[in-house]
Amino acid sequence: MWAERARTAIRSAGEILITLGLVLFLFCTYQLFYTNVVADEAMRSEVSDLHKLWAGPPVARSVRPAVPAAFDTADSQGRTGAAFAILHIPRLGGKDIPVLQGTTLDLLGRGVGHYKDSALPGRIGNFAVAGHRKTHGEPFRYLDEMRTGDLIVVETADTWYTYREDRDPFIVDPADLGVVAPVPDHPGVAPSRKLITLTTCNPWWASTQRMIVTGELVAQQPRSAGEPPALTVNAPKFQ
Amino acid sequence: MYAYLWRHLPGPVYVKVLIALAIAALIVVLLFGWVFPWIEPLMPFSGNTVSQ
Repeated sequence: MWAERARTAIRSAGEILITLGLVLFLFCTYQLFYTNVVADEAMRSEVSDLHKLWAGPPVARSVRPAVPAAFDTADSQGRTGAAFAILHIPRLGGKDIPVLQGTTLDLLGRGVGHYKDSALPGRIGNFAVAGHRKTHGEPFRYLDEMRTGDLIVVETADTWYTYREDRDPFIVDPADLGVVAPVPDHPGVAPSRKLITLTTCNPWWASTQRMIVTGELVAQQPRSAGEPPALTVNAPKFQ
Repeated sequence: MYAYLWRHLPGPVYVKVLIALAIAALIVVLLFGWVFPWIEPLMPFSGNTVSQ
């Protein structure tokens, strides 16, 4: 009788372990596949919503405060979670990446996140943005392939801003807040240049470091002038 | 465990199979929709921002 019970107990333990293994396998499927499907769809819808908003009649837009004005002073007053710009990085394939206000994890599943206290695109200071390296659409998956001189284009309601990368991607400690300061590495100093900073995690699958890409504004043109040269010339691409 | 569950499912074999599949599907939906998103931030591989 006890032998029968022992067999049942051992068999149940084995079944539970197999079940846990299956759940782990499902979790991998969720992380590697499902989050990308969901995030890609979310990014597409954010981008098309922005295009619709920007294409709307000027009257409709003037009723609603223009997005740059809403974020005017480069502090936290913007609406958290609202998409307000589109990032184009020719080197990474030129995919349209929506930029949302705020950097919490739930937002990074719908685009890349703007550090709320950093400057707005095209303004004096540092326009700092965080994005996923892996999972959830992985917009910055190949950020390590960026090179000095690469162009980064930010599209807003009324302007195309073109930034030029000023050094190869580099690695910092996750607590190194200086990289998103208005003057990088000199927190508290009043800025005079118009910079961009992209942050993501490094290495893949780990969060032990942060990979940083920085650049400076080199050109801007109104939306009505059409896409900037950075997007129309055949830029070197990765992938 | 599974033998015990199988014995307690009602009906003929094909009904048992259908119920078992439905339960399995429900569990997968619960995992993907609620359990995994809840676990995910606790995992150490999704930090993308610099912060203190």
